Amino acid sequence: MTSTVDTETDAGRPAPRSGLLAVTRAPGWVRYALLAVGLLVAFWLPNGLYPAVAVDILCWALFAVAVDLLLGFTGLMSFGHTAFWGASAYVTGLTAIHLGLPFPAAVLAGALAAAVLAVPIGYLAVKRTGIYFAMVTLAFAQMVYYVANEWRSVTRGENGLQGVPRELFGLDLTDDYYFYYAILPIVLLGLAAAWRIVHSPFGRVLVGIRDNPARARALGYPVHRYKLTAFVLSGFIAGLGGGLFAVGHRFVSLDVLHWTTSGKAVIVVVLGGIGTLWGGVLGAGILVRLEDWLSFSGFEAIGLVTGGIFVLVVLVFRRGVWGSAAALATRWAASRRR
Amino acid sequence: MAGQALLAARGLTRDFRGFRAVDGVDLDIAADSVHALVGPNGAGKTTLFNLLTGFLRPSGGRIELDGRDVTGLPPERVARLGVARSFQITSLFPQLSAREHVELALQSPSGLGWRFWRSAKLMRRYTDRADELLDMVGLAELSEAPAESLAYGRKRALELAIALALDPKVLLLDEPTAGMGLEDVDRTVELVARVRRGRTVVLVEHNMSVVGRLADTVTVLQAGRVLVEGPYEQVRADERVITAYLGAAGAAH
Repeated sequence: MTSTVDTETDAGRPAPRSGLLAVTRAPGWVRYALLAVGLLVAFWLPNGLYPAVAVDILCWALFAVAVDLLLGFTGLMSFGHTAFWGASAYVTGLTAIHLGLPFPAAVLAGALAAAVLAVPIGYLAVKRTGIYFAMVTLAFAQMVYYVANEWRSVTRGENGLQGVPRELFGLDLTDDYYFYYAILPIVLLGLAAAWRIVHSPFGRVLVGIRDNPARARALGYPVHRYKLTAFVLSGFIAGLGGGLFAVGHRFVSLDVLHWTTSGKAVIVVVLGGIGTLWGGVLGAGILVRLEDWLSFSGFEAIGLVTGGIFVLVVLVFRRGVWGSAAALATRWAASRRR
Repeated sequence: MAGQALLAARGLTRDFRGFRAVDGVDLDIAADSVHALVGPNGAGKTTLFNLLTGFLRPSGGRIELDGRDVTGLPPERVARLGVARSFQITSLFPQLSAREHVELALQSPSGLGWRFWRSAKLMRRYTDRADELLDMVGLAELSEAPAESLAYGRKRALELAIALALDPKVLLLDEPTAGMGLEDVDRTVELVARVRRGRTVVLVEHNMSVVGRLADTVTVLQAGRVLVEGPYEQVRADERVITAYLGAAGAAH
């Protein structure tokens, strides 16, 4: 029979192997131990690294988790998430500069603006899958980039927004070390929100849609609306990261909207492990730390190294760092049981 | 007849780039009946299924469910209106367990699926019903197994369980016994015979003994058109059918 069903079944959607199931099916004590280790590392981080690098890691962790929510749990590869990261950076910066709001309020405004922007972009993009979805999101991100570039009266064009204040009820947060601890609760809330989404009835439907959209529709789930909701939630979380990034750097440049930023977010997720959620956090830590180390040692061709790592991961560790570790642990546990 | 039709097609047509796969089909599926669609490969059975369930838009004609025009509605709306289907090629969520499949189907009519701020543990409210359905199709022991690990016949049974979980008015089964061993075929026939009570079942089936055991009405399709329609014995004896289809299939059995 030659009839094809005009849904997304046969479109070139990525088929990420989820490392999530391995971890969520791990015994409770393993999960609590991992959570404890993660929190300890988060609290220790600016003592072991340059605090400015630690701040960047937190921002990128949110960005990566937002991208993984789509890539790993909805089966949508957004190549335009820089639109939400960057739009929020600008809105956060403008709100903080012109209204003098405490930075968490400015970041919230930025993230909400990113979510609002995600509604029309998502509405049009979720009608496509695979490479077409990636291209549509990339095209919209480029449009946002050009708008920011042209709208100089507001965005200051190539000069960028300078002097984004770190206002928080008069506290002195100029030192990145203290700023890190000021943003940590917001980041942890953002990560917890992503975790909740993945482990909600909604998250279960998303995984169904990722694995078999035609079947999900046959069960009565409006697939496009679910994808759009996931897209907007993801835009919000990416916006949280972008807003904090703006305050962290006290400066917003057009770089936050450049398409390579979207690419980096995808690399971070692939490195950490698609569909693992925490893999993105790990990937952010590894890549941001590595880039900082390379630029500090005067190495110019950073893209060569990150690109090389990307190729290596795709070819050898398809599950990424977290996914591979989870798979190893699962196998080890299984061999012990025998 | 037309008055009692639960699902009806009028002049239903579907073209694929100049090839007319379904050509002006009129179909009346009577309430509480089992209606089989048979015909040689390429007769348009699966295309007709995809039209009736919203997976394909008709190029012409209309579809009515319980007197309501449902032509062109998307599959999720058709499903919500009480038309559940299984797929010819097993179509499951490879990483979810059998029980999670049924829970997802049971959850569908509620608004729970939108609660991204609540715990997935809420879905446990469906566990008992899910286990009942799995037991019904003989999968009680395998409820924890990921779908991809199930043997072929078991996957077909799971297809049936999730279709039943939607508690549909009309159940469309696309070759429910395809590729099954004799034992599984018998089990499936018994199962369909059991679940048909109070339901309307539309069946695409190649196995004529299955059709004979289950169907009240048989529609024979050929080249996208209705060739003959009637009770099994009558259709079986029809010369046009023997020429078009049963002759070849009968020799094979």
